Amino acid sequence: MATLEINDLHARVAEEGGERILLGVDLTVESGDIHALMGPNGSGKSTLAKVIAGHPAYEVTDGEILLHLSEEDVADIDADLDDEDYHWELLELEPNERAALGIFLGFQYPAEIEGVTMTNFLRQALNAKADEREELFEDEDEESAEAEEDDEGYETSPMEGPADDGEIGVAEFQEILSEKMELLDMDEKFMQRYLNAGFSGGEKKQNEVLQAAMLEPSVAVLDEIDSGLDIDRLKDVSKGINALRDEQGTGILQITHYQRILDYVEPDHVHVMLDGEVVKSGGAELAEKLEDEGYDWVREDAFEAA
Amino acid sequence: MSSQQDDLKETDTEARFEFKKEEKSAFQTEKGLTEETVRVISEDKDEPEWMLERRLRALEQFQEMPMPTDWPGQPDLSEIDIEEIVPYIRPDIDKRGGADSWEDLPEEIQDTFDKLGIPEAEKNALSGVGAQYESEIVYQNMQEQWEEKGVIFCDMDKAVREHEEIVREHFMTKCVPPSDNKFAALHGAIWSGGSFVYVPENTTVEMPIQAYFRMNSEGMGQFEHTLIIAEEGSEVHYIEGCSAPKYSAFNLHSGGVEVFVGEDAHVQYSTVQNWSKNTYNLNTKRAIAEKGGRMEWISGSMGSKATMLYPSTILKGRGASDNHITIAFAGEGQDIDTGAKVYHNAPDTKSTVESKSIAKDGGRTNYRGLVHIADGAENSSTAVECDALMFDNESTSDTMPYMEINESKVDVAHEATVGKIGDEDIFYLQSRGLDDDDAKQMIVSGFIEPITEELPIEYAVELNRLVELEMEGSLG
Ligand SMILES: Nc1ncnc2c1ncn2[C@@H]1O[C@H](COP(=O)(O)OP(=O)(O)O)[C@@H](O)[C@H]1O
Ligand SMILES: [Mg+2]
Repeated sequence: MATLEINDLHARVAEEGGERILLGVDLTVESGDIHALMGPNGSGKSTLAKVIAGHPAYEVTDGEILLHLSEEDVADIDADLDDEDYHWELLELEPNERAALGIFLGFQYPAEIEGVTMTNFLRQALNAKADEREELFEDEDEESAEAEEDDEGYETSPMEGPADDGEIGVAEFQEILSEKMELLDMDEKFMQRYLNAGFSGGEKKQNEVLQAAMLEPSVAVLDEIDSGLDIDRLKDVSKGINALRDEQGTGILQITHYQRILDYVEPDHVHVMLDGEVVKSGGAELAEKLEDEGYDWVREDAFEAA
Repeated sequence: MSSQQDDLKETDTEARFEFKKEEKSAFQTEKGLTEETVRVISEDKDEPEWMLERRLRALEQFQEMPMPTDWPGQPDLSEIDIEEIVPYIRPDIDKRGGADSWEDLPEEIQDTFDKLGIPEAEKNALSGVGAQYESEIVYQNMQEQWEEKGVIFCDMDKAVREHEEIVREHFMTKCVPPSDNKFAALHGAIWSGGSFVYVPENTTVEMPIQAYFRMNSEGMGQFEHTLIIAEEGSEVHYIEGCSAPKYSAFNLHSGGVEVFVGEDAHVQYSTVQNWSKNTYNLNTKRAIAEKGGRMEWISGSMGSKATMLYPSTILKGRGASDNHITIAFAGEGQDIDTGAKVYHNAPDTKSTVESKSIAKDGGRTNYRGLVHIADGAENSSTAVECDALMFDNESTSDTMPYMEINESKVDVAHEATVGKIGDEDIFYLQSRGLDDDDAKQMIVSGFIEPITEELPIEYAVELNRLVELEMEGSLG
């Protein structure tokens, strides 16, 4: 049971005189819950998602992003853990460290990486995550002992990814992968293709959900995962998202414009973002009202309250 | 295949290149270059008179020619002072022309090549091996089966004596004459070592032949000459590797390579260049392909302070073809200026050039290429693709793909991209758990993947390891 807790988050574009985009966001996502985050274009939803994942283009000027873990979230760790190991300030961590702790960002516009097959990428990502977890939870003395061992250099070529230290074997990897792909109704041929290169919009989104399924995050932020999907693919993707929650207990923060996906992925909570703040929260019925009436009434409410 | 690959992988690449050996030699010339130097080298080698004459003529040409400075954006060569170079060092070996057993070599030389993994590779994946230490070939061996078929693989000095007629006809005459450029002239005057390869008609040498060049002494020059003659219908793959430990004074490598591709013959020439970062690497490599002949140049340039290398192919006979694959990697203080030259001098000739370069930490790469299609070379086609990837704003990449098309019935395709490694791409991979270094490494390996896919396996393994080492050096 993990909790992502965002308090009074302020962020701006990290350059001289950069625009202030997030103006005090408060939001809490617990694993196992599905949250929908809605709001008009330009209100700061994608920025929030990227700041959670640690994108270097944004500077956080105020507030905090905390990740609280429970016993079951660290079941894979051998080391002795103290209280610190259960509470993390994400803003102090690199993006890959956040990923290792269980944060996943499904991109609105996933990058295309030529020349790197899906298989290579996923295996390397899984191994990297496992390694990083070990490092994050290790005590100091163990760490320095390990550093010495590491000095001996790489053992394999960059074409094949880093040396396997037995975390995920090829056979096991293939098995997990096939299972997840079947659930998402993805063709196995995907695995030999280069990461997102030449993928259709829908394939890219499917691939984001596949990666989440492989990496088993505590909290997945999915940015407009539903845009550009036809109805069949929308159903596949939705099935994948529900499985994340049902089978892995992942908490979902689903950023969307449309009610449509919410018919398939039913949210427990709905939030509305406006001009860099979460101004309204409610249950599934809030999404329906937004679908029917648009955002104007929210804006008026927020204005009156201010 | 895979067991081969594993064997080659086991040697530790980093340790293989970084060590130095105490200099120990039997004979070395004074620094600098005079007629006397040239005479001394020729005499020490016990050469026929005609070779001495060629050397002296080349020396004259070298002295007359100005240092090349007029190419746009060419590497800075002003540091090179021929007077400071020791052009000839004969290592302390008993047998001229190279021992045929590693055990017969002095221990420190044996040890050098062991660390480079050469004897190991020879056992597993090669038809023959030549190893040059300083100015001379110290080891040369080829499997008997090839000798029986009439294949010759020997050191160049020996070839001058034992295969005099054929060498006299081909050596720096019609392919790379000393007048070609100043460094070719220098090479012609003081060349030493290198390989001679002769493949008779309709003979296929199935496993590659490898030559390894090692410069061990500070401030020396290495000027080996490689002459490959592939007769009609024959096939051979020649691999050369180069390395030197790093010294403060500069080293100069100025090799000469001449390849004669007979009718319907096929020659593949691969280079993994990992000279130390104080080496000037200025080579002249050229092939002439007869009717239906096929020439392939594969070049990986990782090392050196400055490299100027543009392997060229003259497609002389109808239907001859050429394929160039070039990978260049320039880090801090490196200027890698490489490319390809192809002359389509006959109809139905075909060429493809694929170049990938990576610049980081202020390094510079340049693709400099020329495709010339002569009037009358109808139905010829050429496709040139060069892609450059930069790591940061301090690094530079240029592309200078010149085309001279004098025939209208031809097919010309050309594509060039220059890009910086994408921050969004790095972030995407990081968000999946890869750290910054691994993310960049993954992007680079993907960038060169279309090329590495086509490489012979032994070569790809070596290259990947070097790229990885380069990446580690800058990022780790
Ligand atoms: N890197 C950036 N540089 C400059 N402006 C940005 C950057 N990222 C976002 N913005 C601006 O911040 C606002 C919010 O953008 P975004 O978070 O993408 O909104 P949403 O996802 O809700 O549509 C927009 O006005 C956008 O132009
Ligand atoms: Mg958005």
